[in-house]
Amino acid sequence: MELIWNLMLQGVQMMVVLALAPGLTGLVRKVKARLTRRRGAPIVQPYRDLVRLLRKEVVLAENASWLFRVSPYMIFAATWVAAALVPTFAIGLQFSWTADLIAIVALLGSVRFFLALAGMDIGTSFGGIGSSREMMIGAIAEPAMLLTMFSVALVAGTTQLSYVVEFMASGEVGIRVSLGMALIALIIVAIAENARIPVDNPSTHLELTMVHEAMVLEYSGRHLAMIELAAMLKLLLYVALIGCIFAPWGIAPNDSGPSELLAGFAFFLGKLAAGGILLAVFETSIAKMRVFRVPDLLGAALMLGLLGTLLLFVSRSL
Amino acid sequence: MGVAAAATTAAVLLALSLGAVATARRRWAPAVIYMLSGAACVVQALAGIAALATRAGTTSLTVPIGLPWMGAHLAQDALSSVFLALLGTGGAAASFYAAGYGRHEHEPQRVLPFFPGFLGAMTLVILAADAFTFLLSWEIMSLLSWALVLAHHRDEGSRSAGYLYLVMAAFGTMVLLLAFGLMAGAQGGYEFAAIRAVERTPGIAALVLGLMVIGAGSKAGLVPLHVWLPVAHPAAPSHVSALMSGVMTKVAVYGFIRVCFDLVGPVDWWMSPIIIVIGVGTAVMGILFAIMDGDGKRILAFSTIENIGVIFTALGLALAFRANGMQAMAALAMTAALLHAVNHMMFKSLLFMVMGAVLNATGRKDLDGLGGLIHRMPATSFLALVGVTAISALPPLNGFVSEWLLFQTVLQSPRLPQPALQFMVPAAGGLLALAAALAAACFVRFYGVAFLGRARSGDVAAATETDRWSLGAMAGMALLCVLAGILPGYLVDLLAPAADLVVGARIAPQGGNAWLTLVPVADVRSSYSGFLVMVFVAVTGSAVAWLVHRLASQRLRRGPAWDCGFPNADPITQYGGGSVAQPIRRVMASVLAAHETVLMPRPGDMGPARHSAGVEDLAWSRLYLPVAAAVIGATTRLNGLQFLTIRRYLGLVFASLILLLVGLALWN
Repeated sequence: MELIWNLMLQGVQMMVVLALAPGLTGLVRKVKARLTRRRGAPIVQPYRDLVRLLRKEVVLAENASWLFRVSPYMIFAATWVAAALVPTFAIGLQFSWTADLIAIVALLGSVRFFLALAGMDIGTSFGGIGSSREMMIGAIAEPAMLLTMFSVALVAGTTQLSYVVEFMASGEVGIRVSLGMALIALIIVAIAENARIPVDNPSTHLELTMVHEAMVLEYSGRHLAMIELAAMLKLLLYVALIGCIFAPWGIAPNDSGPSELLAGFAFFLGKLAAGGILLAVFETSIAKMRVFRVPDLLGAALMLGLLGTLLLFVSRSL
Repeated sequence: MGVAAAATTAAVLLALSLGAVATARRRWAPAVIYMLSGAACVVQALAGIAALATRAGTTSLTVPIGLPWMGAHLAQDALSSVFLALLGTGGAAASFYAAGYGRHEHEPQRVLPFFPGFLGAMTLVILAADAFTFLLSWEIMSLLSWALVLAHHRDEGSRSAGYLYLVMAAFGTMVLLLAFGLMAGAQGGYEFAAIRAVERTPGIAALVLGLMVIGAGSKAGLVPLHVWLPVAHPAAPSHVSALMSGVMTKVAVYGFIRVCFDLVGPVDWWMSPIIIVIGVGTAVMGILFAIMDGDGKRILAFSTIENIGVIFTALGLALAFRANGMQAMAALAMTAALLHAVNHMMFKSLLFMVMGAVLNATGRKDLDGLGGLIHRMPATSFLALVGVTAISALPPLNGFVSEWLLFQTVLQSPRLPQPALQFMVPAAGGLLALAAALAAACFVRFYGVAFLGRARSGDVAAATETDRWSLGAMAGMALLCVLAGILPGYLVDLLAPAADLVVGARIAPQGGNAWLTLVPVADVRSSYSGFLVMVFVAVTGSAVAWLVHRLASQRLRRGPAWDCGFPNADPITQYGGGSVAQPIRRVMASVLAAHETVLMPRPGDMGPARHSAGVEDLAWSRLYLPVAAAVIGATTRLNGLQFLTIRRYLGLVFASLILLLVGLALWN
């Protein structure tokens, strides 16, 4: 009985992230539109777009290989699994121990790897430009992310997200400079990884500024729907990750009842909304960077991550 | 069983070499020789695994050959068993692969006689239990692999690679000789048992360790002793490259572990930061050069340097923890090092075999001449995809497991008492993460340019799938990569006795954990289940694909590529090796000493503009070239000594005699 309940909760978590991901993207787009005094599409527009894409036929380039056709499903599945492993409304779910923070980061690395390969499969110049730049950004963003995770893991004494959240929520932490640095570094990484302004522009179709869009240029129909949905899931994953580590309020603890779970769910919705609105405000207030300025930004994140970790030792030895 | 079985396989392999000398020109010789050496390697792997699984103790054997008063001592303990299993697996794959691949060799008599002997010599290095046998086998291993590097001796590049390799190998062995001499001490007990029993001052131990870093490190490819590796490994035939990169570098790692963790006794902690710095430096520089290179086999060789850096970082951590009496953490680091050695053998052998198949099918190994192989060689391309995913340390394959264990070790560093290590280890962890992320970029480039896209040359358009033996060997290695990725617990358990032997502790047994999860320290600290990640991704991926095809749409139309409305039929408009590397070359320009020049024609001149870009290995230009110039300068001057009169020669002899006597008098 308990096992069924636990499995159900895990299933609910998977469905929740899947169902909310397009909504979050819709919210960001809506807020951005309002901030620039446009009316904007309704929040449910991404759902409609996905359904429309799923129904359309796929137009496949003549020399596309099987890798190009399999990748969207693999990318989507791996992102979904990674997103389902990040605590949203509850911790200690049935399979939460499957992968720790490091493994989640690496799983997202697999997603990037296959996306970049798919970008090179057709053999067009835009696919190549997108893939090579994405790997350059990833090569700096991933260590920055891992260093951030190191500081968090060293504070919490574990890399297991459920235990990290439990520790962060327990109030033992207090305010630490290291965690502040980690937060800033993680936000920079999140912006880069999700191809948001100032690193990349999610709505651009100006050829030379594209990174993510250039890689997926040849995709259409259901394949494109899978890739878009994976990108939306990734945005939700990062908001949920930042939320559960740095704002662990309201997450239902182990073995909690329905009321706590519902409260956790409400808190999660609130965090998503806050994250989405903040992202929209930030994106509206800043201009896109040149591609080769991006490493400076990510390098700053890398240094912040490292400094955060080192400061921990300094504060401990005092 | 025990050491006798392994020693017999070594003898069989050496005998095969002699047999091959006589028969190499026969038509049937390659198949027979390779099959027999493959069989011997399988026996070796089984002997190693059986000894580990049954937790057999040390078995030893003395053979009355070698030095007359000593004989040759052989022994097999848990550490030798691990490397015996590694050698057997890699050797078997290379041998069976060569049964198909070797048929394309134009001069089999230049490869066949050396191949089994090379395997046999490596076996003897692993089994040796006295300094003389160890060094002799080491030198035979070096010389036979040198002969294999020179297999294509008509090629100018191969000849210079062979020369460089020979110089570096001789230098490495000389340094090892010094290290063993120091360890044996004045009494000169050259058996390992006698060496273990000697009490050493910390200074001597540190000196031995330093010599081992140079001696074993030059064979393994530590920066800055790596310069020979990216030229020599690719020059050999591909199955030999697989052995050199996948296995011989591990024999060097074995030598390092054997001496520094077993023979030399306790070592002070301050040596460990040096090894960690060399390790991470090697990892980052190796992979950066791999990204910049345009030759498929050289990319793989540079990536070997990276992985050796990762292994040595783990060994440095093990040394740090052991010096501070933290055996459990040291066991974690040692397990990570051994596991990475085993994993690297699997995926690097696989990738070298893939490159060999490509080389056979197309005659090229430069990335910019390949492209679109996934259409021409589907099976090879699929196996290559497994290899590149594994080597990029991506879950759920095996490369990630050992990286993950290493990161878990890094996270234990706050417990180290020395502030220097506390500060350094997280930074080293960040650099390791950088190396891993760069490896992913490197292999996106490798696979994306060579296997995906459109064919860049007519050679590729005519390529056909490789033979069944080669495919079988590659498939076996790919399967091992997957299995080691999703069932790491069993592999970690097999390595545990070796960690126990060298650092005095082991990590908790993993085989019985629920869902094949890896829990190296405690379940509240970290856990990872490659099996579940694999199952989840596979199940959700196929379920979603099925649902989408069932409920939404399964229509598909082929059309020309979109490419923003301007598709260009010329394959040269694709991103090539240089263009994919460009963003990273630009970002890392200072580390790589990258240069990029554009020569514009003068106004009115109708000539083309020229662009050239490249990187420079500073170790080569700042270290090796000056040393080589100094050696040549000194020898040119000393050349005058050859043409003296007899009186002067007698005078020189007399002067040196006086000098020696004075020295002796002062000494006493």
